[in-house]
Amino acid sequence: MKARVTVTLKTGILDPQGKAIEGALKSLGVDGVASVRQGKVFDIELSGSDKAKAEAALKQAADKLLANTVIENYRVEVLG
Amino acid sequence: MKSAVLVFPGINRERDMARALKLISGHEPAMVWHAETSLPKGTDLVVVPGGFSYGDYLRCGAIAARSPVMDAVRAFAAGGGLVLGVCNGFQILCESGLLPGVLMRNAGLKFICHDVHLRVERSDTPFTRGYNAGQVIRVPVAHGEGNYEADEETLKRIEGEGRVLYRYCSPEGVVDEGSNINGAAHAIAGIVSERGNVLGMMPHPENHVEDIMGCTDGRGLFAGLVAHLEKAA
Repeated sequence: MKARVTVTLKTGILDPQGKAIEGALKSLGVDGVASVRQGKVFDIELSGSDKAKAEAALKQAADKLLANTVIENYRVEVLG
Repeated sequence: MKSAVLVFPGINRERDMARALKLISGHEPAMVWHAETSLPKGTDLVVVPGGFSYGDYLRCGAIAARSPVMDAVRAFAAGGGLVLGVCNGFQILCESGLLPGVLMRNAGLKFICHDVHLRVERSDTPFTRGYNAGQVIRVPVAHGEGNYEADEETLKRIEGEGRVLYRYCSPEGVVDEGSNINGAAHAIAGIVSERGNVLGMMPHPENHVEDIMGCTDGRGLFAGLVAHLEKAA
């Protein structure tokens, strides 16, 4: 089973890297970019086939390690 | 003072730290590998040194914070033991939940490597008793992620409880925007835990302890710890 965990910064947390990318896009002449927030994507391969178990494991992975919930939100998707 | 310096893969300031501890306390610290599940018997002080544990993968300090030895450090801190984290060590302590908040990318995005001035906010703690309150010390920093942030409520609480021990300031001791090198909230350079026995700080006091280093302002921190432990003994 394939799964994806997406980690993004919470609203209101300053993201200097996103700001720098935003500036670079503007200087490259890419039109219409209002703002950029940088995040992380984890593509995870799971050994079992139980979707509920997989979601629980991924949630645990995100809470324990993948995200720092002080500043980050995460989203778990089991892709099947 | 029996100290234990934690060693993680990718750490590179542990020998500077060990040298400073030996110099000032007179005792060789134990170097403790991250896979250990206990600390040496009779440890008075645990030091989490600077460097780039696990290559800063995922988030600075995130993986080191989950290593086996950190359970022993959490138990040690819960029993009132003294813990000092410097630079990557501060990041590890935040990631491990021993200190609140998080260290974000420097506001100016650049790695900063030069001397800074710090104002010692109070002198009645084990980590600052070697200084006077309001004293300005000069110590080096070397970090890319030292921008301390926490939510408003947490900042209010740590300020209210007097837990900010070191703040970036001008050579005259004025806390202003220009001196806040990395954009940290409230110009915070170092904070302690609620109980006051765990200090995390971005600057490197261990690198200003001998005349050959050009400055010895960092000595006070270690000398204060030694004095505190002698008094307690």
